[in-house]
Amino acid sequence: MTIRRFTPGEHLVHRSVAVLMLTCITTAAILYNGFLAVPVGHRRLVKLLHVYSGYALPVPIIAGLISAAYRADLRLLDRFHPSDWQWLRSRRRRDGTIPVGKFNAGQKLNAAVSAGSIVVMLATGTLMYFPHLARLSWRTGASFVHDWFALGLGLLVIGHISYAVRDPESRRGMRTGEVSISWAEEHHAAWAAELEAAAEHS
Amino acid sequence: MAVTDVADVTSGTGPAGTPVGRRIVLGLAGLGVAGIIGGRAIQDRLAVWLAPIESRDPTGLTSLLPLGNTFRFYSVTGGVKHKHAIDYRLDVTGLVERTASYTLADLQAMPQTSLVRDFQCVTGWRVPEVHWQGVKLAQILELAAPLPTATAIRFTSFDGEYTESLTLEQARRDDVIVALEMLGKPVTHDHGGPVRMYVAPMYGYKSTKWLSGIELTAEVIPGYWEDTGDYDVDGLIGESNGREDDPA
Repeated sequence: MTIRRFTPGEHLVHRSVAVLMLTCITTAAILYNGFLAVPVGHRRLVKLLHVYSGYALPVPIIAGLISAAYRADLRLLDRFHPSDWQWLRSRRRRDGTIPVGKFNAGQKLNAAVSAGSIVVMLATGTLMYFPHLARLSWRTGASFVHDWFALGLGLLVIGHISYAVRDPESRRGMRTGEVSISWAEEHHAAWAAELEAAAEHS
Repeated sequence: MAVTDVADVTSGTGPAGTPVGRRIVLGLAGLGVAGIIGGRAIQDRLAVWLAPIESRDPTGLTSLLPLGNTFRFYSVTGGVKHKHAIDYRLDVTGLVERTASYTLADLQAMPQTSLVRDFQCVTGWRVPEVHWQGVKLAQILELAAPLPTATAIRFTSFDGEYTESLTLEQARRDDVIVALEMLGKPVTHDHGGPVRMYVAPMYGYKSTKWLSGIELTAEVIPGYWEDTGDYDVDGLIGESNGREDDPA
């Protein structure tokens, strides 16, 4: 028995963001590290790829808002409940004692920090790309912020991928939109219970 | 009751919970703005604090931290061939009375000038107090004796792609050098060696790496990044590409 976790529209948003984010990270690594920048060269092309994929990044995130399922999930990700703080503090967060909804508090934090970081990267990247927009000291500040947020966001993406690698069923959930009830009961018990309750009522 | 609790957790049909996600996004945006305004001061301080740790770090891991005070290596082509004393030439051509083709040894035999200046990239990053040494461009120009019709210089690079320009007046400044040494040793290949330009009063893009040609021209021919409209032809730090008084 499977239940629906994500719609095809949500899958498309996720896939687009993933491709753009990985393009940004790869080109950033080349632009920033001398041992890659010198052999790869072609700075104008690499820079354009980086800048265009950066500006494209919010497009799927915003376009997704036409989907009701995506909007509903954004709302779930946004809202924290007392159990979320409890989950973050507890060492037993993975054993199911704390009821977890459709998204656990870690996933909520990942979504929020990613979204905020993308906003910051866009703003600081814009100041760096169009040098006429701001005075030099702000550009130096923008470079500084862009670099540190890049480090943080890069680590966040690595963390996100490593959690996904360890849980094939959650990857299947994103890829196909379906997860097994047993997986949902184990990892998102409160969500599974709510879906079952809704099924009984109908 | 239990059902209400569950609904509360998952769908927000009970009390809506707090919009922590939104607050995090706004908080990070605020942090970003503060960093844009105050980042330069923070970066300068971090560089001072971390310099002793960095210099004694056997793992080299601190070099991966984006302290902002390190060089980024720009190359606009795919792979630049290495040149050494044996095959390096600097050609002086164009509107001059005496063309020349200098070897590395020729350049080393000329009077050398040293400068210690911050290296400032137009995108914002900068490296404080870099030591440079080389031949004043003015000296090479004097030897070439520009014709009266010459008003500008076009620099070319043996990467085969990069070009830059200066007006003759800018080129004759004392702080514009054909650099042979950087940071106390010969300019490395990655930094544009064996010979590169160093135009101290201007952003880094004006300092051609892998310098191979100095051509006197009748007018300024915009360089690689200027052709596309990315950056100003007149690349004085602080007075172009977003004005600010900050002489390097």
